[in-house]
Order: sequence, then C-alpha cells, then structure tokens
Amino acid sequence: MTSVTEASPLTNSLTAGKLPRRSPLWVLLASWAVSAAFFAMLFLSGAVDGFNVVGTIVLGTVLYCVAIYVLSRLVEGSRKAIDRLMTALVTAAFVIAMLPLVSIIYTTAVNGLPAFLTPTFFTESQRNVVGAGGGVLHAVMGTLLVTGVATLISVPIGLLASIYLVEYGRGKLAKAITFFVDVMTGIPSIVAGLFAFALFALLFNDPGVRFGFGGAIALSVLMIPVVVRSSEEMLKLVPNELREAAFALGVPKWLTILKVVLPTSIAGIVTGVMLSIARVIGETAPLLIIAGFTSSMNYDLFSERMMTLPVFVYTQYANQGADAQAYVDRAWAGALTLILIVMLLNGLARLIAHWFSPKLGR
Amino acid sequence: MTAAAATTIKARQRPGDRIFSSATVIAGSLILAVLAAVAIFLLVESLPAFVAAPSDFSGDVTNFWSYVGPLVFGTIYSAILALLMAVPVAIGIALFISHFAPRKLAQGLGYLVDLLAAVPSVVFGLWGIGVLAPLVQPFYSNLVDWFGWFTLLEGPVSGTGRTIFTVAIVLAVMILPIITAICREIFLQTPLLHQEAALALGATRWEMIKMAVLPFGLPGIISASMLGLGRALGETMAVAMVLSPSPQVIFQLITSQNSTTIAANIALNFPESHGVGVNILLATGLVLFVVTLLVNMLARVIINSRKAFSGAN
Repeated sequence: MTSVTEASPLTNSLTAGKLPRRSPLWVLLASWAVSAAFFAMLFLSGAVDGFNVVGTIVLGTVLYCVAIYVLSRLVEGSRKAIDRLMTALVTAAFVIAMLPLVSIIYTTAVNGLPAFLTPTFFTESQRNVVGAGGGVLHAVMGTLLVTGVATLISVPIGLLASIYLVEYGRGKLAKAITFFVDVMTGIPSIVAGLFAFALFALLFNDPGVRFGFGGAIALSVLMIPVVVRSSEEMLKLVPNELREAAFALGVPKWLTILKVVLPTSIAGIVTGVMLSIARVIGETAPLLIIAGFTSSMNYDLFSERMMTLPVFVYTQYANQGADAQAYVDRAWAGALTLILIVMLLNGLARLIAHWFSPKLGR
Repeated sequence: MTAAAATTIKARQRPGDRIFSSATVIAGSLILAVLAAVAIFLLVESLPAFVAAPSDFSGDVTNFWSYVGPLVFGTIYSAILALLMAVPVAIGIALFISHFAPRKLAQGLGYLVDLLAAVPSVVFGLWGIGVLAPLVQPFYSNLVDWFGWFTLLEGPVSGTGRTIFTVAIVLAVMILPIITAICREIFLQTPLLHQEAALALGATRWEMIKMAVLPFGLPGIISASMLGLGRALGETMAVAMVLSPSPQVIFQLITSQNSTTIAANIALNFPESHGVGVNILLATGLVLFVVTLLVNMLARVIINSRKAFSGAN
C-alpha cells in the first residue's frame, strides 16, 4: 500500500509529545501557590502561630519536583522526565547554597547596624569600658598593622617564588615547590598560629609569648602559598612572544622579567594579592593564639598583646560581661565591619582584574 | 663538521641575572623551609607532652594518646558529616553553573558562590550560634521523637541546638565554595566533542552529563572532596563557637554531649593554659597538622596524576 495518509490532524512533529515551553515556570508557581494555601490554612485554623514562609518555599519546591516529573513522564516519557527532575534538583542545589549567604549577610547587617552606627565605634577602644559603649579602633588598628606586615612579608617572597617557578624553575626543586605550595594552601590556620607561637616561644624562651608581629608571621604562612599560586597563573598567561622579542633585542633575562613580563601581568598579580589579603584578614584562630587579645590600643607590633578585628568579634561573644546584649551587639558590629572590608577587597580585586587585564585575543 | 652540532651556546651571565635568579631560588626554597620549620618547631615544642604526667591532663585521662583520641575522632567525624552534606550540593552547583545556567549569567553566579568563601569563619560561628542553632533545634526535637530508636538520633535532645550536626552543617557551608570551584573547573574542561557526540546520539542533557561529564570529572570530584575534607578538618572558630563540647567519643548527632575537634579544643583552651598544658595543646596541633598534610598530599597526588584537570593548562 502506498496510499498517502489522509488529512490527519495537523501536528508539528517537532513539538509533539512535549510540554509547552513555559510549563516548568507555571508548574513551579502553581506548586508554590498550593503549598502557600496549605500553610495559610494551617495558620488560619490556628494549628500553628505565624505563616511559615520557609516551609512554604521548601514544600512548594518539593511539590514542583514531583509534579514536573509526573507531568513530564505522562507527556514526554521517562527519559525526559528524569532530565527535568535533575534540572530541578541541580537548580535547587544552587538556591540552597545561596540561602546561608543571604541569611548571613542579612542577620549581620540587622544585628550589627545599631552598634556599628554609634558615633564612638570607630574612634574609641574598649579600654575601661564595661557594658555598652566603646569602639573597635584598637582592633581595626591591630588588623591593619598585622595584615599589612603579613602582606609586606608575603608579597616579595610569593612573587619571587612564582617568578622562579615560571621563568627559571626546571627539574626537581621546581616540582617540589609546586607540590608543597599546593599542600601548604591546605594548612589549617590554627596550625600556622601554633607554629608562630612555637617559633617565638623557643626564640625568646618565653612560654607565654604574645605579640602582633608573631601574628603577621602566622598570617604570612597562610598567605604565601595563595600569592604564589595566583601570581604563577598570571605569569603563565604572558605570551612567550613578548619574552622572545625582548631576548632578540638583547635584553638580559632579569630585565625582561622586570620590564616586560611583570608590567604585562601586574593587574592580575595585584588582584591575586588583594584576594589573598581578603582571605587572611578574617583569620581568627592564629591571631587568638599568638597575638592574643586586649582592650587597649597598641601600636607596637613587637611587644604586648594586640587586638585584631576577628579576635574582637570572638572575645566579645565568648566573654560576655554583665550587660550581655551590649557585648553581642558589638560582636555583630565587628562582624559587619569585617564582612564589609572583605567584600570591599574582593570587589576592588575583581574591578582591577576587569579594568586592567590585558585583552588577549578573542 | 661532524659532532659540533651538539654544543649549546651559553648566554653571558650578567651580575643582575645572577642576583635576580638566585633571589628567586632563595624565595622558592624558603617556602619549603617554612613547611619544614612548621613541622620541626611544632615537634620540638610538643615533645614534653608525650611524656607528661597523668596529672597534667584535664579530666580522667592518663596519657597523651588517650587525651587526643576523642579529639581526633571528633575532628574526623564532623568533617566527614560535613563532606557528606557538601559534596552532592557542590556537584549540583558546579553542574548548574557549568551546564544549566544561561551562559551570560554563569560567571556572575560563580562569583556569588565565591563570596561564600570570603565570609570570615568567625562570622560563620556567630551565624551558626545565633541563627542556625535556634532554627534547627525544633527539628531535632521532632527527629528524636520520631526516630529516637535509631542509634545516631538517640536523645536526650540538645536544648540549644549546639550539636555536632549543626557544626557539620556550618562546616558544609564553609567548604562548599572550594569543592564547587574545583568541580566547576573540571566540568568545564570536559571535551566538547564527547558532549556533542552524546547529544547527537539523542541523549537528554542529564544523560549527556551522566555519560560524558561525570565520568570525565570523577577524579577531580574525588580530589576536590579531599581538599574540602582538609578544610573541614582544620576549621577552628565556627566549631569552637557553635559546639558544646565533651571529651568523649560520641556518635549521637543531636544530643547536648558532643565530641569536640582538635582545632576547637586548642582555640578554647589555649588562652588560659600554661606550663605543660601549652605543650599538650601544641602536640594535638601537630597531630592535626599531620592528618591534614596527609589528606592534602593525597588529594594533590590524585589531581596531578591527571594533569589535564589542573586549571593552569
């Protein structure tokens, strides 16, 4: 039989057996609506007090997963249904990860703002303060000093080491350095603090040694591998043609590196350094160990305890005084300051990378 | 002219070259020296702990190993719990960013996840104790009521929510960014031809991921998890602030008695300790250092054995 099929109902074979294009969106909205209705009924019937927003979204999302799977299985078959289910789950995973971030930023802002906005917060230390009042000047000062010195130590060492790895290093030493730099990025921060403590306790023969410079050493141990890794990546991006052109003109290797390779990659290196500062500025444990805590100003890195911002947050929370709320408020305000600094550093780093990065092809 | 071709031309060494290249060599070697110094100084300072008298330990333990045992258990237990929660979510996020999200948004979404890595650990601690613990405590009560017959969920339930399970949740959030970042790198490096071949054979997107992306990324996922494990093992402040500790081996997840971790134990006790107490804490730090070093080295060996995975090339 070669009969032509009779005028069958006209279907587009490309879209037949498929859910309409926007259907996932509508199904999601519908399942949220259903779950909102469920919780609204619970609320109105008086079984629970308050409308449960979190429950609504969670139940709605679970409902969506089930609904889209069943619908798709009926219309599109099991393979497509599994695909839709996995799409929903993967998207949910991303949203789940965003919840803590949003929650942390929100609670820090809300709890931190009252003390953050008091006029003395950035102009006074905690010396002789009992209860409310006082500020974080001593901690901000300490953080700037300790992190600054750590940066001064880490950047030259890290940068030179990365230059060695990219420009000079061949053979076993380079391999060993690459491997152990990677391993060093995983050193727990508290171990770095213990190392600085053990080092200076032995050097000064003082079993209770506490001073700011030790904190800078501990932070450098954490910071150097990060600087090496990021600078190494950036130096590798410099095209070999530039180096060869310089060599062909008779420029010595060290001048080639200083005048050609480094200027080309400087934006990326600065970005890496800022990200590494952002990484260590929030470290608490090593500074708690070796820099200790105090409530007074201390500008001298080499003697006496020195307060830093993360340790301030911790001690305000851990050693609450008579007026506990004041201490908790200050802890949150300190946390807010810390988050603002870190976000600022991160944002600046990204902007520098965006503005000054060499435009490579494409 | 027969064998002359093998000679290499040596560039003339200028003083600047010598100084500069030896400076870089010194800086590079310094890194190895620092790592060795960390091990040596910790070892020297912790020697007294191994021969310490029973009276030097708090509680009813008699020697160092029975003191550090429960701490090692707590460290590994909390880290593995965190890993069990973080890895599936991290793979999901990495897949979302590499294969599901719209191309234009993908990079921005990646930054958002990286922001999570920028939050200082002490803020995670504040959040864990101020927000998360009160939030999950009612769930714990229900869990004990319904599933109390199951060993891990036995009561009595913690009234504050400051349990090892809460700690594991906080740790999971903290290690999410690093696992996600590495998985994302690797998923993006899946050969395009493999993916297109799968799609051309009629595979759905998920089937393509199952057939092409996940098998290719498996070693990377494993090593990313191990790096995350290393982070979780060494995390200090969040654990120190959230957990209500007890010096025993305890498997129950949501009671008010929890095995604490090495790092948290040091942070809580170091400011007040003196004499041999300091050496004992340093010795536990040495144990932590060795454990994390082994985990990290294993992870790096796995990454390096498949060179294609490292982001550099």
